[in-house]
Amino acid sequence: MKVNVTVNGVAYEREVEARTLLAYFLREECGLTGTHVGCDTSSCGCCVVVLDSDKAVKSCSMFAAQADGHQVLTVEGLANGGTLHPLQQAFWDQHGLQCGYCTPGMLLTSIILLKHNPNPSESDIREGLAGNLCRCTGYQNIVKAVQQAAGTLGVQV
Amino acid sequence: MSTEPKSAGCLGVAMKRKEDPRFIQGKGHYVDDISMPGMLFLSLVRSPYPHAEIKSIDISEAMQVPGVKAVITGKDLEAAGLGWLPTFHGLDKQMVLAIGKVLFQYQEVAAVFAETRAAAVDGAEAVQVDYAPLPVVADPFTAKTDEVILRPDRENKTNHIYHWEVGDKDKTATALANSPKRIKERIWFQRCHPAPLEPCGCVAHFDSMGRLQFYVTSQAPHVYRTALAIVTGIPEDKIHVVSPDLGGGFGNKVPVYPGYVCAIVGALKIGRPVKWIETRTENLTSTGFARDYHMDVEIGATADGRLTALHVATTADHGAFDAAADPTKYPAGMFGVVTGSYDFPVAHAEVDAYFTNKAPGGIAYRCSFRVTEASYAIERAMDILADELAIDPVELRRKNFVRKEQFPYPSVLGFTYDSGDYQKTLDVTLEKIGYQALLKEQVEKRARGELMGIGFSTFTEVVGAGPSKHFDILGIKMFDSAEIRIHPTGSGIVRTGTKSQGQGHETTWAQIVGEELGLDPQNIMVEEGDTDTAPYGLGTYASRSTPVAGAAIAMAARRVREKARKVAAHMLEVGEADVEWKDYKFQVKGVPAKSVTMKEVAFAAYTNMAQNEPGLEASYYYDPPNMTFPSGAYVAVVDIDRETGEVKVRRFLAVDDCGTIINPLVVEGQIHGGLTEGFAIAFMQEIQYDKEGNNLNTNFTDYLIPTSLETPAWETGKTVTPSPHHPIGAKGVGESPNVGSPAAFVNAVIDALSPLGVRHIDMPITRDKVWRAIRQAEVLTT
Repeated sequence: MKVNVTVNGVAYEREVEARTLLAYFLREECGLTGTHVGCDTSSCGCCVVVLDSDKAVKSCSMFAAQADGHQVLTVEGLANGGTLHPLQQAFWDQHGLQCGYCTPGMLLTSIILLKHNPNPSESDIREGLAGNLCRCTGYQNIVKAVQQAAGTLGVQV
Repeated sequence: MSTEPKSAGCLGVAMKRKEDPRFIQGKGHYVDDISMPGMLFLSLVRSPYPHAEIKSIDISEAMQVPGVKAVITGKDLEAAGLGWLPTFHGLDKQMVLAIGKVLFQYQEVAAVFAETRAAAVDGAEAVQVDYAPLPVVADPFTAKTDEVILRPDRENKTNHIYHWEVGDKDKTATALANSPKRIKERIWFQRCHPAPLEPCGCVAHFDSMGRLQFYVTSQAPHVYRTALAIVTGIPEDKIHVVSPDLGGGFGNKVPVYPGYVCAIVGALKIGRPVKWIETRTENLTSTGFARDYHMDVEIGATADGRLTALHVATTADHGAFDAAADPTKYPAGMFGVVTGSYDFPVAHAEVDAYFTNKAPGGIAYRCSFRVTEASYAIERAMDILADELAIDPVELRRKNFVRKEQFPYPSVLGFTYDSGDYQKTLDVTLEKIGYQALLKEQVEKRARGELMGIGFSTFTEVVGAGPSKHFDILGIKMFDSAEIRIHPTGSGIVRTGTKSQGQGHETTWAQIVGEELGLDPQNIMVEEGDTDTAPYGLGTYASRSTPVAGAAIAMAARRVREKARKVAAHMLEVGEADVEWKDYKFQVKGVPAKSVTMKEVAFAAYTNMAQNEPGLEASYYYDPPNMTFPSGAYVAVVDIDRETGEVKVRRFLAVDDCGTIINPLVVEGQIHGGLTEGFAIAFMQEIQYDKEGNNLNTNFTDYLIPTSLETPAWETGKTVTPSPHHPIGAKGVGESPNVGSPAAFVNAVIDALSPLGVRHIDMPITRDKVWRAIRQAEVLTT
């Protein structure tokens, strides 16, 4: 079936099997491999992307067909030219990543978290990130990174 | 970025990581990101039975599935001489695809190659396998009876794999018998799984020169190359192994797995690239599990708490194949470190390992080969002894520590501990946590019937395998290596045989070079994981990267410096003997004003080298003289809800001594991560099998990984006791928190429950186990 998805502002029209998951559409049809897959049960959150500037969704739990006609933001769309997004900068500054596998999902979940709650408490952040697993950092520096970004003006999707 | 020479040191600097910009922009390059024209996908057919005879395999329907190109079975591989692959420490071999029978649930039975990922899965589902179930051996104690022999392929018709022991059995037995106080406890370290977020996988491709290009999730790419040459018969020069970015490893990515061999066979047979990426379920059910040690720990002591003897008898469950990636001479790894931080006059440790119908493994999950099991056993048992003696567990530890002046300390079980100051580390912990105030609070709470616990772990690790006289894998000695090239403009590249999985080598290796050569680490590129370019090394696991490769880097840099000194002498117009390396530059002895920087020397090495050999590079293969012995003093404070059994970790403080610190930011990050895995093991993670051999934890909804919500906030501290034999005094740290913390958590829980008479609960300490323990105690007391 034909699917038309706008990813990071670029329109991708592709012929795919109906069962194609959005995660694999992004990775294999659009060549945007920053979206990762870490489990089969929508538990890990490595595949989180932003849908229509408003929702963080697990792209392994959504068919590409369901994204037809929608806007998707992936990690590749975060930086503005040579300037890192404040969340990217904060993850770097705070050592909020180690192996990097969960990082794209963490960043995109955090963007929506901050969009809906620009001044989150530590427990707000911990609750907001509970759908994203990290095996390396113990979350502490990720929480600090989101706090740093929250203190930076201009966090916008 | 500047290439200005350094005027200050690079060690101990919290430099932001050089690798991060690509990861935060989605530009990391993991195995599943690799795509090649004509690439096929591999899916494996797996057994639903833990133990069954394979009556027949019918692939005809699978071959009709659109997109399926080929199906291979164990018989095909056996005919090609590829039926079995050796396990790393050489005591056993493992079926690539099942031959004759299956030995564990989810074992690999057939390989299906297809045009797309989905078609490969469709094809795998269409393979018809007729099984005849056999009796299942689901635990090592049943295995011990040998009523069902699981491995008739082996010469010895027994499920017993090996007996290993160290220490003096008779003297230990005598000392225990004569001890005024004795405790004995069976302590089980449950089966768990490292579960890095990126599962295992590979892409295999034979290029136009017939050379195998093999991209794989490997913590040890050179060892893979050699192992593949041995298994497949492909000459080693015709194999190029590349381990790209790894999404975590934690030991899971050390062994060679059947999927890798199948991908290579498929690529060869079909003549197209093949990708295999395991699913999470495949990861948790078939690749490298860890632990599963049942440890009978016995300690003797005097009435006032002086240790007299230690005996540990372990029954180990190794699953269907002995695929533990241990060094050849150490089937039970470094379990001999079980005497821990304590000065035992005599000890005896033994391990008996058995085959069962469970997944193979026994890998070192974020630890140096069974050090976690050993550390947990002794630290847990010390608390049980303290309870028996009715003395403070801190006092018991303090009284029996190996003292600072005893280093280098020969342990009774054969290690020579290089250095440590256990007393000092513990003092820092007690001070920082406010132990006396906590004890006071606990007394008050107990009076009110509230359950509050304080648990310690003062552990010692043995890492950095290892000296060639003792350590090898597949016969290859466990050295590591580094090659450094300094370019004319004063930047450079360092290549090593290690492979970061998130540890930050691209930053810390550059800092070592920067420190040794007075160059800017921002302009020292680090390359790992490519067997064509990196010098031979044994890889990253068992906290060996900094102790072994880190040392190789420092030594290679010093060789570069010696070469540079000749050029500097020419530039300064003095004899080489008159040139000294001081304040990160070469200067004429006694004439600080007459100096040249390494950057200036680097340019001269290519432009004005006089009689000296042009260029500025060196390599070093480092054979460590000893292991390193990081240590730490950890404390957990927990509160337990009496009604629900919920354990809340109120505080956790880890004070580590990992010797010289290269980058405190990275070290702290490693400690946070390791503590989180230790927390997970103490409270959540378990791969359980039922009596029929069914794996009950096959995905992340059943195998519980802590989220940001459960994970406590971590407090850290440090003492620095440099390793005397390491060139920069570093000891390694990545695994310490995972090794040291489980006992602290469990000790805290048991301390909280001790007024109820609870003496031990096996991990993971789930809410229902605690609730049951409380209810049981209440029944007994009412």
